[in-house]
Amino acid sequence: MMNFVSESMYLGFVLSLGAYLAGVWLKKRLGWAVLNPLLTAVVLVIAVLLAFKIDYQTYNSSAQYISYLLTPATVCLAIPLYKQLELLKKNLVAVAVAITSGVAASAVSIFAMSLVFGLEHVHYVTILPKSITTAIGMGVSEEAGGIVTITVVCIIITGIFGNIMAEALFKWIRVKNPIAKGLALGTSAHAIGTAKALELGEIEGAMSSLSIAVAGLMTVVVVPLAAQLL
Amino acid sequence: MKYIRECFIIFGLTLAGEFLNKLLPLPVPAGVYGLFLLLVLLCGGILKLEQVEATGNFLLDIMPVMFVPASVGLLESMGDLQAILVPVVVISMVSTVIVMAVTGIVAEKMLGGKK
Repeated sequence: MMNFVSESMYLGFVLSLGAYLAGVWLKKRLGWAVLNPLLTAVVLVIAVLLAFKIDYQTYNSSAQYISYLLTPATVCLAIPLYKQLELLKKNLVAVAVAITSGVAASAVSIFAMSLVFGLEHVHYVTILPKSITTAIGMGVSEEAGGIVTITVVCIIITGIFGNIMAEALFKWIRVKNPIAKGLALGTSAHAIGTAKALELGEIEGAMSSLSIAVAGLMTVVVVPLAAQLL
Repeated sequence: MKYIRECFIIFGLTLAGEFLNKLLPLPVPAGVYGLFLLLVLLCGGILKLEQVEATGNFLLDIMPVMFVPASVGLLESMGDLQAILVPVVVISMVSTVIVMAVTGIVAEKMLGGKK
């Protein structure tokens, strides 16, 4: 039995899909916003791995084929963006200013809290690229001398947390415009936030997709400057 | 046939993105190059939406699941993380709220009531 588990080429794949479906079902059933399907799926998969003593490598040997699709899926974010291109052109200035403010707010807030926690330089630069997509964030962290594995942790915590709390936050701060919601999700919580934006609507999804690319590229420029502060 | 052509285009652009990522000395990931390539081809009328839409929508639909394996991988980083777990989690969460609020409010104010 254990042999079958560790040799299976489909276990991790099926487990991930099943856990996500269970997450969707649970949310529908109970209707709590914290029961984000992605979060439920991650917790369920971790629980199964621990309960059956399956190590991460075994799980990932098949689950990696899901991750493999992430790059082509990122390419396809051009589709919602293309559909909303007119809307983007019409609001170009607002879009540019909003994303720039978000990128600046990210650097400033991380700097301020790093001071509060008395973090060392290495940890500060590790956290700095946390709001951008993993592929860019890893490179930025490495370049700045950060610890790349921890940067990835920060990026994922950011994404999942952003995905979970976005709807409540928008209600609280009265952000109603779908363009504003999309920009906010993509700039703060990269691709995982964009998954939420796509659920909210096509305009949200398009603006969030755009923000991943723009905020990611801006952060590449901002991090080396911000890194000198601490 | 339709899906073969669509997959060929999407994965072909992904490959082109990968190539650009290796070729150019910029920290731009393959997916972002591919995104812009696809956008340019669509805008230029070289590709039609129908030629990528079915497979594209499939990939976008399953996208949330694609983050599960990497997130489960957090288990593996627990060792490195332990010493600074609290600041990492607090800073990540608080600054996410700040960035989302700032971006959202700035955009909302600038866009006003118009849709």
